[in-house]
Amino acid sequence: MATPATIHSHAPQGFIRKYIFSLDHKVIGIQYFFLALTAVFVGMFLSLLMRIHMIWPNAALPLVGEIKPETYLTLLTMHGTIMVFFVLTTAPQGGFGNYFLPIQIGAPDMAFPVLNMLSFWTTFVGFVVIIAAFFVTGGAPLHGWTGYPPLSAVQASGPGEGLGADLWITSIAIFCLASLMGALNFITTTLDLRAKGMTLMRMPLTVWSWFITAILGLLAFGVLLSAGILLLLDRNIGTSFYVPLIVMNGQVMQHKGGSPLLWQHLFWFFGHPEVYIAILPGMGVASQILSTFSRKPIFGYKAMVYAMLSIGFFGFMVWGHHMFMSGMSPYSAFAFSILTMCIGVPSAIKTFNWLGTMWKGHIRFQSPMLYAIGFVSLFVSGGLSGPFLAQPVLDIQLHDTYFVVGHFHLIMGVAAIFGIFAATQYWFPKMFGRMMNETWARIHFFITLAGTYAIFMPMHYLGMAGQTRRYSQFTEVAYQSKLIPLQTFMTYAAIITIAAQFIFLVNLFWSMFKGPKASDNPWEATTLEWTTTTPPPHDNFGGRTPVVHHGPYEYGVPGAPKDYVMQNDPATIATH
Amino acid sequence: MATYTPTTPIDHIGHGQEPPIPPAGGGDEGHGSNGPDYGARLRRARLGLICGIATVCMVFISLTSAYVVRQGLPTFDDTSNSYVHDWGEVKMPWGLLLINTAVLLLSSITMEFARRSAARQAALAPVQSIPGVSLGNERSFPWLGITVVLGIGFLVGQWLAWGEMHARGFFINTNPSSSFAFLLTITHAIHLGGGMLALLWAATASLRRQTLEARRIAVDITAWYWHFMLVLWVYIFALLGFAR
Repeated sequence: MATPATIHSHAPQGFIRKYIFSLDHKVIGIQYFFLALTAVFVGMFLSLLMRIHMIWPNAALPLVGEIKPETYLTLLTMHGTIMVFFVLTTAPQGGFGNYFLPIQIGAPDMAFPVLNMLSFWTTFVGFVVIIAAFFVTGGAPLHGWTGYPPLSAVQASGPGEGLGADLWITSIAIFCLASLMGALNFITTTLDLRAKGMTLMRMPLTVWSWFITAILGLLAFGVLLSAGILLLLDRNIGTSFYVPLIVMNGQVMQHKGGSPLLWQHLFWFFGHPEVYIAILPGMGVASQILSTFSRKPIFGYKAMVYAMLSIGFFGFMVWGHHMFMSGMSPYSAFAFSILTMCIGVPSAIKTFNWLGTMWKGHIRFQSPMLYAIGFVSLFVSGGLSGPFLAQPVLDIQLHDTYFVVGHFHLIMGVAAIFGIFAATQYWFPKMFGRMMNETWARIHFFITLAGTYAIFMPMHYLGMAGQTRRYSQFTEVAYQSKLIPLQTFMTYAAIITIAAQFIFLVNLFWSMFKGPKASDNPWEATTLEWTTTTPPPHDNFGGRTPVVHHGPYEYGVPGAPKDYVMQNDPATIATH
Repeated sequence: MATYTPTTPIDHIGHGQEPPIPPAGGGDEGHGSNGPDYGARLRRARLGLICGIATVCMVFISLTSAYVVRQGLPTFDDTSNSYVHDWGEVKMPWGLLLINTAVLLLSSITMEFARRSAARQAALAPVQSIPGVSLGNERSFPWLGITVVLGIGFLVGQWLAWGEMHARGFFINTNPSSSFAFLLTITHAIHLGGGMLALLWAATASLRRQTLEARRIAVDITAWYWHFMLVLWVYIFALLGFAR
């Protein structure tokens, strides 16, 4: 079994072992990154089709023709599933976490390299399986990314609920297994492979975020896996875990006594931590970048760590706020409501500390910094609507309206995506040895930031006006006709924003081959990845093992020869 | 002729005493842990196993919560037009399941002997490599092989138990209680099957030219997993027996 200790003596030579079935965490990180990149363009294309269909419901679109209501639900389901699992979970954790966690703690690789490789290829199989759902008889499922039964549990409930839905559940189960393998690896690596001197409170906040995310994944994905198995049994074996007595087309189905709410409990016990699985790595990246580009230590390092830990802790206690409409006891709703609003406290601490970090800093407005500021902006904008939805009386009005769609897209969707953009811009030089084009990065940033606000902020107003989500067609509905101009505006904004993503794509690939060569530490940052060569050697540190003497964010240190002190600089330099 | 004076009595090794394992973590203790030493690898593997066990626990905790919720749910009966409880008692073959439990318990004991034997061999390996040092003709008892046989015996016993339940008219979709009875026992059997594969992996380590230390780590991890499977089975047995 390959172990980190044997890595540099087993540097692979052949193409297959070096780039395909590689055990190197850096290669695996890049594989995850490109898998997520593929997935995000698939998911984005589906959203584009939905947006166009909303405004021109009878238009024949390329590849899909005229979109029927059930096709719209299919697009919605697959967009949500692909984005949540194969983009928001895959890129920040599997991609950047895989690449940089070992380097940032001074390790030569992950704790279990073979498991790491298996984790990626299992994720890849999961992606292939979910894409296959498009091409089977009946097509992809239409039960939404939350897969609520009985719609998802009865094969005859609609087109796509046959083999397509089975593939959907199988894909999620495969993804769960892959994520569990990954989480196990991340936790063991963080706890066991830290370099000498890398105490827990000297770990970069990115490492903390990946570590906490891994703990959340370890505890959450097992529950989703169980829930998925029960759903498969209901669908194919005839059990009644989720399905109550149902009469369909005048026929009494064989199921009896199951509870759709049981699925909701299990699903959201996973689903809410999943929100933090998506956003926590973005928080870590934003902290890293804001400190580096403000040339100041992160404001309140320990508070940031404890805030992330408490966000993770509370994340497991609030799943019921997704179910206020389910008829739950008002006392339960009250408890879930209070606990949900408690998450506002650590979130506010983080926001305050990000602003405190920038306050009176010598800010360098380079592209990673712009995206990090964009992350904070979107996190605040999306987060502020959270306390509204956390209150049962308001949620009853706003549930299943566009208000919710706007809220979770800002906080979980594009905020996390901006975290990915920030990470890409920040670590691209280290990963590929070249710099991304700064001008095109800025153009992409401003269009995307404006575009995402233009798409998702109006959704809050639509929701408050009562426009329901998941409806494929509303142009014929009289009371919603006054909202059509706003929907049209959002569709145009979406088209422009999606088009702008090709700027990012071209910049990414062009810079990989043609960008100016990057130095080892182009941002004058302090953490260990910047102490090694660009790109890093196979064993990360060229046979040496770094020794850490300083904290991760030592900027503006009085008396230091430079305005920053790297983590492995000699201990003779006095830092905090 | 070389002489060897052990600082640790050899007789004590492998009888519960573990070779020293470095303290956990890299940074906190002021030393790196990237070295190839065997103790660090064993500790790392055990840490990974703890994470794996946490995951399996979450799977069974969620199934248990589903069990409890589903048990208490009333269901609408279209014939009587009223709400009734459809949670019926499953006639489990308790005698057979008790025998299976005993077999699994026995396999856990033999697995522990296998673990200690592998630890002893790994600990003595450096001593045996010293020229001129002989520790006598030690015959290693095939504890791993016996554990494999007992593990297969448990799975066969479970198979017979499912057959017996079928014979008594209970299938996975007969009623919610039978669904959970099959679900919990089959899920446990699948996890135990994973342990069987790990056992075979460890048992054939020497054939695959794995080092003694690698074999010891594989046996150690499998053993702890196997003990966990026993505890999990006792829990499932109790759940099905006492929370009917």
